[in-house]
Amino acid sequence: MDKASVNAKAAREEGKHNLPFAFRQYSPEQLKEALRKMYLIRRFEEGAEESYTRGFIHGTMHLSIGQEASAVGISLPLTDDDMITSTHRGHGHCIAKGADVSRMFAEFFGKETGYCHGRGGSMHIADVSKGNLGANGIVGGGIPIAVGAALSMKKQKTGRVVISWFGDGANNEGAFHEALNMASVWKLPVIFVCENNGYGMSTSTKRATAVPNIADRAAAYAMPGIVVDGNNLSEVAEASHEAVERARRGEGPTLIECKTYRHRGHSKSDRNRYRTKEEIEDWINNRDPIRLFEEQMQEYGVINAAGIEAVRADVEREIEAAIEFAKTSPSPDIASLTRDVYTDLP
Amino acid sequence: MDTTIRELSYAQAIQEAMAIAMERDERVFLMGEDIGVYGGAFQVTGDLVHRFGEDRVMDTPISELGGAGVAVGAAVTGMRPIFEFQFSDFAALAMEQIVNQAAKMRYMLGGAVSVPLVMRFPAGSGTGAAAQHSQSIEAWLGHVPGLKVVQPATPHDAKGLLLAALEDPDPVMIFEHKLLYKMKGPVPEGYYTTPIGKAEIRREGKDVTIVATAIMVHKALEAAETLASEGIDAEVIDLRTIRPMDRETVIASVKKTSRLICVYEGVKTLGVGAEVSAMIAESDAFDFLDAPIIRLGGAETPIPYNPELEKAAVPQVPDILKSARDLVNGVR
Ligand SMILES: Cc1ncc(C[n+]2csc(CCOP(=O)(O)OP(=O)(O)O)c2C)c(N)n1
Ligand SMILES: [Mg+2]
Repeated sequence: MDKASVNAKAAREEGKHNLPFAFRQYSPEQLKEALRKMYLIRRFEEGAEESYTRGFIHGTMHLSIGQEASAVGISLPLTDDDMITSTHRGHGHCIAKGADVSRMFAEFFGKETGYCHGRGGSMHIADVSKGNLGANGIVGGGIPIAVGAALSMKKQKTGRVVISWFGDGANNEGAFHEALNMASVWKLPVIFVCENNGYGMSTSTKRATAVPNIADRAAAYAMPGIVVDGNNLSEVAEASHEAVERARRGEGPTLIECKTYRHRGHSKSDRNRYRTKEEIEDWINNRDPIRLFEEQMQEYGVINAAGIEAVRADVEREIEAAIEFAKTSPSPDIASLTRDVYTDLP
Repeated sequence: MDTTIRELSYAQAIQEAMAIAMERDERVFLMGEDIGVYGGAFQVTGDLVHRFGEDRVMDTPISELGGAGVAVGAAVTGMRPIFEFQFSDFAALAMEQIVNQAAKMRYMLGGAVSVPLVMRFPAGSGTGAAAQHSQSIEAWLGHVPGLKVVQPATPHDAKGLLLAALEDPDPVMIFEHKLLYKMKGPVPEGYYTTPIGKAEIRREGKDVTIVATAIMVHKALEAAETLASEGIDAEVIDLRTIRPMDRETVIASVKKTSRLICVYEGVKTLGVGAEVSAMIAESDAFDFLDAPIIRLGGAETPIPYNPELEKAAVPQVPDILKSARDLVNGVR
């Protein structure tokens, strides 16, 4: 862990009366909404998984079950005008940034009503109207694009910030290094968020990355590098809050590393040969980000058991209706195959 | 030579070729993303890491540009790397090393080095993986002097061309259509090579020549059966290598049939079919043509996600049937 987050942690532990950041910073309504979003992501992923098994979705998918706290925690300080670039494991980012799960399911079902009109599917899910410039099929592909968006925001003096999501595996692509360097040289309002789930597909960070923490890379580009427990929503939100403030003040980028874990395999074709059952079960049983946040919320009196039930029931209805919408939506017209390859000229 | 022939899948045939190569030649080793314990995204390397160890079946970080360059450097200094791209689309990240370095190094240094590099590219659409995981980019690399580019269509050739690529002193790019990996076919045991630069006539016929690559060879053969029942006798040529291209086989066939269809999955414009057509137009086979040449290539679009759109984006058997009938019946 780096100095900044050690200090942050120490400060929090100084006195028990000191509430965790999120509970000081956000209203009970905002916290309940954060829980709802985490739950919505979880149930969306499970719904997608089930729809895949039942043949409604084809191709492949990368589920973010277990990584909900980073998606929601990072997004908490953002406004609708702020932007993100996302990854192949991007359903959670999309939902956290405010997408409508009906149109997401419709996209996965290949329907015309989907966010990409059935052209993109899971790997290209995007809701541009909410500032989401898209998931990406290319590892690291979104990172320079986020820097470009940040450059654009700075030139246009909008005060908006850009979040660039990526996995631990992406930190070994040249694009990552080139992008971080430019962001720092030009002091751009971008926050690089690495969701380190321990593996890039099957290759552990230990075997693939020369430094112990992805955040250590920040030193090479003279920006703060922060390590947080990516399954602790409050810790994630705190790091994001500070980085977003810094970016809005014009002081440049930050690299945040959220240590987390994906409960499922890499994609639909993973046989999980590279991690042990014990490791997977430990994360599922002892470090689930949703359970952790629920416990904290109850401990600090923000919600009770009945309240949690109500949130769950609400999400359940939303997911059911969304899947129904996707099922009953029309497929794209074959004649539209080459639509949107180029922009129609007036 | 051992002549026992078994049925193997295309993926198994490639794996067998790599195993034979590593057993015969200590210089051969594999590099790629998740090719070790994971066995490769398409299970082509499978269990090889357990047989040959992590030093010879090397998982790379997700670093296509650097990885490709490392393979180039090892190749020019005495090793025989086989570099696997997880999807051919990711070659876009490594174009610098493939195009500016591997392809040109021998020439630029006045012949002082060779680059005996083999790269494998899982290619093509049909898996619902959308625009960045479904392309057929062989023509990009086919445009580069210094590279050789092959597209095996059968398990037999997948093994034979890989072993031939390893014998070749220059960089050989092997495009493997993902939908072929599970296809089974006869594969001889032991060592053999399939010549690079030589097409194969898969079906003889006298009415129309269908030049096809990769998975389109199988679609063309399927179409040829239907056409035969209609009295149209199609000759199907599996091009196998797009650079250097086998002029003799294609020209001789067109002289015989007087009609030509090229069918390939890559985008139609500026693709393999353009080269084959021009080759005929520039040759004495041109005088033998009874009808215009037809190119059936991929639609002018990225590959869409929706399965129906995805099918519509690449040539299918009915497209081949219609083209052959039109040519033979004089419909323009
Ligand atoms: C340039 C590129 N190389 C390889 C891949 C194949 N691939 C997709 S996801 C993935 C692993 C990515 O790992 P990481 O960045 O840690 O993200 P995670 O999957 O763990 O969320 C790989 C190798 C790709 N999509 N793009
Ligand atoms: Mg990862």
